[in-house]
Amino acid sequence: MSAAQTALDRVTRVPGVRGAIILSASDGLVVAEQLMDGIDGRAAAALAGSLVGRLTRAARSAGLGEPAFVQLRSEGGSILAAPGGQDVVLVAVAGPEANVGLARLEMLDAAGRFV
Amino acid sequence: MRALEPWVIDPLQTFLDESSARLTLLMTSSGQVVAQHGFSRSLDVMTAAALGAGIVASTDELARLMGATRFGALVHHGVRQSCMLSAFGTPRGRWIGLVVFGPETSVGIVQLFFDQMVEQLVTIAPREQAPAPVLAENFEGELNASLKALFGRQ
Repeated sequence: MSAAQTALDRVTRVPGVRGAIILSASDGLVVAEQLMDGIDGRAAAALAGSLVGRLTRAARSAGLGEPAFVQLRSEGGSILAAPGGQDVVLVAVAGPEANVGLARLEMLDAAGRFV
Repeated sequence: MRALEPWVIDPLQTFLDESSARLTLLMTSSGQVVAQHGFSRSLDVMTAAALGAGIVASTDELARLMGATRFGALVHHGVRQSCMLSAFGTPRGRWIGLVVFGPETSVGIVQLFFDQMVEQLVTIAPREQAPAPVLAENFEGELNASLKALFGRQ
């Protein structure tokens, strides 16, 4: 199993997580994905990549350095993103019932391991 | 943004707003310009349309030689600017989109909203008028009329 697939497995095993994507940050293209039906991976990758890119620029402009983790909460759940090295971002789509704390730990660890 | 056909304006404007594309050209597969955004000189539009149509024709032929179906999109990554060229079917014939974008956006975003624009164009395209073939004797007149409409001058 590839490092990317291992990372996706770890994240999607967290209860409530509906899918995970590894994407190229600069391109917004999917590198690997493991998603439930009904989630458009291509759109999620493009938009999450754009979001992380803009937040990175905002954090740098504010003198905060690189963002380590991004959580976007909405009515139906959360988008979680962990930027890694080598221009990749690990993104998870979590439902409202998800254990976001555990997902965050798994994502930070996985992002650190597979890059 | 200028368009020869008004029904193209809304989908194209949405695409421009969402994608942050710098230049966009919609043309027929023969290189006739349908709409443009960002070009300031008619010569640039003519050149880009001719080159874009030629590249799509070449890649179509390459795909045929490889026994493949047509390629979906061609993306050229540059340092300061990148370019995407994609052909798609509409009720008005086969069209080509040429999009130039910078590092302020990404190829994923451009492709995502380009595909949404194509869906909108296919949905709202008027069905009643079939595209007329371009004859050599009409070409120069049609080209000048199109450029006048797109730039307000000849």
